[in-house]
Amino acid sequence: MNGNFDGNDLVHAFSALGAGIAVCSGIGTGIGQGNAAGLGAQAVGRNPGAKGTIMSTMLLGQAVAETTGLYGLVVALLLMFVKPFDK
Amino acid sequence: MIPGPTGLVPIANDADFYIHELIPLEIGGTTVHITTTHVCTIIVVLVLMVLTLVLRHAFFKAEREGKMTTLSTIVELGVDTLVHFVEGSMGKKGAKHYINYIGALFLYIFFCNTAGIFGLRPPTADYGTTLCLALISFVMIEYADIRYNKLNMVKGLFEPFPLFFPMNVISIFSTPLSMSLRLFGNILGGTVLMALFYGMLPWFAKVGTPAALHVYFDIFSGAIQTYVFCMLTVTFISDKRGDSGLA
Repeated sequence: MNGNFDGNDLVHAFSALGAGIAVCSGIGTGIGQGNAAGLGAQAVGRNPGAKGTIMSTMLLGQAVAETTGLYGLVVALLLMFVKPFDK
Repeated sequence: MIPGPTGLVPIANDADFYIHELIPLEIGGTTVHITTTHVCTIIVVLVLMVLTLVLRHAFFKAEREGKMTTLSTIVELGVDTLVHFVEGSMGKKGAKHYINYIGALFLYIFFCNTAGIFGLRPPTADYGTTLCLALISFVMIEYADIRYNKLNMVKGLFEPFPLFFPMNVISIFSTPLSMSLRLFGNILGGTVLMALFYGMLPWFAKVGTPAALHVYFDIFSGAIQTYVFCMLTVTFISDKRGDSGLA
């Protein structure tokens, strides 16, 4: 029962757990970007001539909205590979 | 960062997306290393130099002889697109100061992002590169703000309510942070996924099969992130200058 655990094992375990929870921020990103894509498709349907402008605007808006999902990814990668909480 | 013998990620290596430290240097008592990112940046810059010199030579030769060739048409098309892109947000008057910088930025970031197809580890997958690029853009934005608004810049921090002051200050500092993290996160995510996917395949499937992933992660995502970075820089600068966006 009392195996040779050093403090690092606990830190690694909880870092892995935290990394998994951090990536869940992608849910909001997926919903928001899908919503924007739907509205973009609707706009193209209403005005097929402006397709170029609509697509540029939509891609720009989606890339900006993706940022918060990426914050979660960066935190997860930090926890898993940079391991800042190691003793 | 892991010290190792290989700097570049060859096809046969498994799931290696780390930055390796290659050559240690002793400067002033501390040890710094020449890393994978340095090597890949040098390669990208050399390729860019050769490409731009070749295009420049082709353009001036076609202009001297008076006939159009393929390369000179490509040059004209590229410069036209760039000028329209910058003038679309900044108006004709303001654009002429910034076209050079945006053109150089666009080319550099695009070639850095798509370096993954050629077996290099993209230099923008290192936070040092993207942070420096975002800080340069940040300095340009704040300089435009100070120069064109002078003292109204401080008054602008208290708009619309004086209670918004901390939020406005934070939003000044969040601009380079979010720009750098967006570019870094996208390209690093692509690099990690590609390395894991390569590590999963047997040796005979490593050439040719992952081409679809490369098209999405390296070309498509790289081009969109380049466009977004340059577009945001131009939009913020034109915001501070108060241009209306019309010619």
